[in-house]
Amino acid sequence: MLDALLTLVIVLLKIVALLVPLMVAVAYLTFAERKIIGYIQGRVGPLHVGPRGWLQPIADAVKLIFKEIIVPAGANRFLFLLAPLLAMGPSIAAWAVMPLGDNLYITDIDAGLLYVLAVTSLSVYGIIIAGWASNSKYALLGALRSAAQVVSYEIAMGFALVGVLLAAGSMNLREIVLSQEGSLLHWFWLPLLPLFVVYFIAGLAETNRAPFDLAEGESEIVAGFHVEYSGMSFGVFFLAEYANMILISMLTSLMFLGGWLSPFQGIPVLESLFSWVPGIVWLLLKTSFFLLLFLWIRATFPRYRYDQLMRLGWKILIPITIAWLLVVGAAVVGGLGPWFDGA
Amino acid sequence: MSFEQFIFYLFAAAMLGSAMMVITVRNTVHAALFLALTFFSAAALWLLLEAEFLAITLVLVYVGAVMVLFLFVVMMLDVNLAQLREGFVRLLPVGIVVALLAIGMMAYVVGPGNFGLGKFAEPTGHPADYSNTKELGRVLYTVYVYPFEIAAVILLVAIIAAISLALRKRPLTKHQNPDSQIAVRKKDRLRIVKLEAGTRQPINLEDKR
Repeated sequence: MLDALLTLVIVLLKIVALLVPLMVAVAYLTFAERKIIGYIQGRVGPLHVGPRGWLQPIADAVKLIFKEIIVPAGANRFLFLLAPLLAMGPSIAAWAVMPLGDNLYITDIDAGLLYVLAVTSLSVYGIIIAGWASNSKYALLGALRSAAQVVSYEIAMGFALVGVLLAAGSMNLREIVLSQEGSLLHWFWLPLLPLFVVYFIAGLAETNRAPFDLAEGESEIVAGFHVEYSGMSFGVFFLAEYANMILISMLTSLMFLGGWLSPFQGIPVLESLFSWVPGIVWLLLKTSFFLLLFLWIRATFPRYRYDQLMRLGWKILIPITIAWLLVVGAAVVGGLGPWFDGA
Repeated sequence: MSFEQFIFYLFAAAMLGSAMMVITVRNTVHAALFLALTFFSAAALWLLLEAEFLAITLVLVYVGAVMVLFLFVVMMLDVNLAQLREGFVRLLPVGIVVALLAIGMMAYVVGPGNFGLGKFAEPTGHPADYSNTKELGRVLYTVYVYPFEIAAVILLVAIIAAISLALRKRPLTKHQNPDSQIAVRKKDRLRIVKLEAGTRQPINLEDKR
């Protein structure tokens, strides 16, 4: 009994140790977004709260917490307040299986990749329920758009993950990283290059980020599914979106860019020169790169039209992934080096 | 009561309760959400049986995709509840008979006669390195390879049939052709006209057409 209690306390501590930095990262990701997009557009971004604007996300959080939560008169009150939690829950639950280093994880389960895919597929519930429960036309339209989009891109995303499965021979995220060991060229981005690109594009669509943010579509449906939300109930949607961005970025770096493996592995002098750097630093650097890509894409590309979005998902990304799965399958069976000759 | 038993009864109760709610709540959206909860509880029970692949796939496929499309449709429908509840009392005796019959059949088929401890040994825990995913894959691609492939082909045929039923040429609707939109180049749409500063030049808009 005491043992079980001790395990519970340790697991809870681990969860806190993961979630607190995650929430801080989410807060500062919003700051980074405003700063980086500002610089890209020749502005300076937030500047006045704290030294060089560094306290801006804290001020935003405080503002959101103290604002009134308005429930529209015709809304389904229970579902209206449940929806933000349903959006937030999956994006946090998926972190349970994320390995941040060789021995740094909350759980290490064999079906890790499948678990992540299943849990992230649940986040669409938050969006549809929010759209329906608000009893608003704009919200319902945004929710329907988002549901169709997420379900469509999940297929391309799932097929891209099948490629990773084939290449690594395991669904365990830790083993996927370890099977990329060797050098920069051993990472899966090279043999799985089309799947890597497709996965990231599908990730953009899954998180409802620009250029696939039709669920929000300010110019046509105001703010889409969260148009009726205010205060912290809106804030939770916001947190979920950014937590999902970090999740997708980290998954991409784990599956295609060797996770916590050093990029200097296998290079004679540099490897020993950089061997003191802990693995988590490399993982966070790679994750930050993809987050930068998220923001960069948002500042660069105009929003897709809805039929273009569906065409891209169904007629371009899914055929590419299926064709490349055959290539990967042949390469694995043929033991193509340097990636697949070990197994 | 051990921890496993506690979890089992918790999720079994959640599953039965939400399954009851699916057929009793008036709001169709609520019913669909309760159905999602039922699937979720079933997945949790399968996890207890160490069938993690099946459990996660149940969540991924049924909760993550099928129920989303269900909700999608249910939200768009305008269901007239009063009409649905019409004749409830009149049809109640028939309903009770059908329900009892169904319960009786289920109890006979799934009951101890066919699935009791006498027929199947009590499931025992597997060692820590047991992978349900690997076991399932091994059986699916060796012993059951023909049923598996045939089921896949039947599903493919069903997809093609559904698409060909829904696909029809509608000559009256206007729609865009994305291929030709993408193939457009700058010179097809844009003409650069050099204007001398200070002089007026008539621009002939017709010369391109």
